[in-house]
Amino acid sequence: MLANLSRKLEVFNAAIDLRAQRQQVLASNIANADTPHYKARDFDFKSAMERATAGRGGGSGSLELSRTSGRHLEGGSGAAGRPDLLYRSETQSAVDGNTVDMDVERAQISENSMHYEILTKLIGDKINGMRTAVSSNQG
Amino acid sequence: MSLFNVFHVSSSAMTAQSMRLNTIASNLANADSVVSANGQPYRSKQVVFEARPLGEAGEQSQGVKVRAIVDSAAPLRTIYDPKNPAANEQGYVSMPNVDVVEEMVNMISASRSYQTNVEVMNTAKTMMLRTLQIGQ
Repeated sequence: MLANLSRKLEVFNAAIDLRAQRQQVLASNIANADTPHYKARDFDFKSAMERATAGRGGGSGSLELSRTSGRHLEGGSGAAGRPDLLYRSETQSAVDGNTVDMDVERAQISENSMHYEILTKLIGDKINGMRTAVSSNQG
Repeated sequence: MSLFNVFHVSSSAMTAQSMRLNTIASNLANADSVVSANGQPYRSKQVVFEARPLGEAGEQSQGVKVRAIVDSAAPLRTIYDPKNPAANEQGYVSMPNVDVVEEMVNMISASRSYQTNVEVMNTAKTMMLRTLQIGQ
């Protein structure tokens, strides 16, 4: 049961980590809305999540423990690693070469923070459920 | 925690936007200054923004930095005013190249960008508070 819980939480952990990283990328886009030649960045949450849960820890900059025996532990921390950043395709070009579209970024940042809050709620519920199970034999 | 980087990014953008607002204020204030500190007519000042990585997050968090404040290359306005002590032999006076309409538009843009960054910061703050409430 406990192992089950920690494995479940690991998925949430990776998801919330990626959401926080995405918030950072979107905040950079909004901050640089007036910077000439700045190109808006983002990453694909779905593929980043797939990579994180596959135990490969994400794209560039992730480290993996090498295992010489099948009985060795995986060493996955549940952290998602750093996903590969892509460039957003522009809808309307600006004269200064900037590709930040404020409407898109605002919508994405609201969506991302909403997903983040849902994740915090889910993790809290999971922990509360565990707490109920732990305390039920005292009644 | 990577959410802290959002604060750094947004605050660097806010600093840059307030510097931009500062140059707009001095441009508008000096829209009619025939002589500036170097003896020449005042020239409109413009900020140049630059994206630069902040913290150890690399490409993920790009802050804004004011790379330079440049003088506008637009030609000076000339008006005919023979009584002005700064007038040349033909009676023309060189006035600053400040475009008041452009500066006002710039001002609105700067204050909107500032506002948006404050909102981004508030969103990050709400997210962090939610994180602290996990399991309560």
